[in-house]
Amino acid sequence: MNQNKSRYSSLIYSLAALAGLIVVWQGVVLFTGVPRFILPPPALVFSAFVENWRLITDHGLVTFIEVILGLIIGIILGIATALQLEISPTARLFLRPILVFSQAIPVFALAPVLTLWLGYGLISKVTMAVLIIYFPVTSAFFDGLRKTPSGLLDLAKVMQATNLRTLFYLKIPAAMPSLLSGIRLAAVYAPIGATIGEWVGSSEGLGYLMLLANGRVKTDLMFAALFTLGALSIALYGIINVTINKFLFIYENSSNNNAF
Amino acid sequence: MVNLKHQPIYNEVHINGSVTLSGTAILDNINLTIKAGQWTALLGQSGSGKSTLLRLIAGLDTGADFTGSITCSPQVNLSGNVSYMAQDDLLLDWANVLQNVCLGARLRGQGSDEIKARRIIQKVGLKQHAHKRPQSLSGGQRQRVALARTLMEQKSIILLDEPFSALDARTRTDMQDLAAEQFKERTVILVTHDPGEAVRLCQSIYLLQDCSINSINALSPPFPKSINDKAMFALQSALMTQIRQSERADI
Repeated sequence: MNQNKSRYSSLIYSLAALAGLIVVWQGVVLFTGVPRFILPPPALVFSAFVENWRLITDHGLVTFIEVILGLIIGIILGIATALQLEISPTARLFLRPILVFSQAIPVFALAPVLTLWLGYGLISKVTMAVLIIYFPVTSAFFDGLRKTPSGLLDLAKVMQATNLRTLFYLKIPAAMPSLLSGIRLAAVYAPIGATIGEWVGSSEGLGYLMLLANGRVKTDLMFAALFTLGALSIALYGIINVTINKFLFIYENSSNNNAF
Repeated sequence: MVNLKHQPIYNEVHINGSVTLSGTAILDNINLTIKAGQWTALLGQSGSGKSTLLRLIAGLDTGADFTGSITCSPQVNLSGNVSYMAQDDLLLDWANVLQNVCLGARLRGQGSDEIKARRIIQKVGLKQHAHKRPQSLSGGQRQRVALARTLMEQKSIILLDEPFSALDARTRTDMQDLAAEQFKERTVILVTHDPGEAVRLCQSIYLLQDCSINSINALSPPFPKSINDKAMFALQSALMTQIRQSERADI
């Protein structure tokens, strides 16, 4: 009850902040007299959105698919790598430096190469999103796996547990909260990856639409696409966050289930 | 599976050797025999090496160097015959009481005997709570689950590392009684810093002090002693006096 109330009031505050931002934006346009092609007023952006509704949703859908595919593949790869690192000391020795080194190269810098190799279509964007979320998921989950309470591992040793069973029944469940926070981060990063991919070379997607609109000095359309991208990211994060919180709730508080 | 009720396995544990921690001796040339089928206390203050000794017997990492031998007679492999219970109940938050009690079998890939587990849970007085998660239990109830998990393992040697020290006075006494009853026929090694606990529960008491181990004349069975046992108080204060005579490096 109380929680619902606070959620409700936080929604009110968010909407008020948004409204405030729009007012400031309108104020800047009014008082500075900045030309429309530099900063269009909010109303113009809104009407551009309404006029180009079909166009924006079509491109939005493309970006959405890229992001979702990137998320799924990136998370699966991240989980697999973290498990591999945990199971095999050799893998730890070989893969860790490569992982760290791969992070030293900004993923953005790889976008042109990926487009060159994988073409202008879906695959290069999904790859971009995968690359950008792979490391956070891997490192969050691997850290979690390494942080199993030592007492539990002692207990497992005295109980003569097999390594694999210790992993599945103790280490992985204990690392779940870490993995889930890695996935939360991934939800924020994935749209960035997809958009960068689209900027570098594509014929579809919100990133492409923004570049196109910018090139034709349709700044209002560019802004409309930008806000759609923002809304898409926030919605995605919201959905994943709510799902994760539900899952954590089941995980930590339920009194009667068999998710052992 | 061997049923301990009808076929008790008695194992004595012999420990010979020295324990050093980065060059400094903690226990110097000790020679200790833990008698079978009874409770033995390793009593000492923090840093006396009592937990290190217990972890050595359990085959766990200690961070200290041990030179010597730990053997078991009749000759059996020590690992696989011990069960371990610590101050922290080490319950899995994501599993219910029943699943926690069956943890050992699950970790070894054996089928867990749910009927037996339920019987043990009933014995420790948690029948109503078998499907609850540890978060909804009190500290005493959680330690009961840990006790049930230890019982479920059915090992002849039980290692207790201050399992009652985090409990409040009343719960501690109740838990001592319960543990004394349930671990009756086993070889139990209790690590504790509390002379009262050692005197109340143990037939043999070893005082770890100044790098050596001294045997103390403990009370005779039956155990646990009643909470108003006069002899228990006398021995407890004698022990406390002896403990306070030791040189204290950490003040």
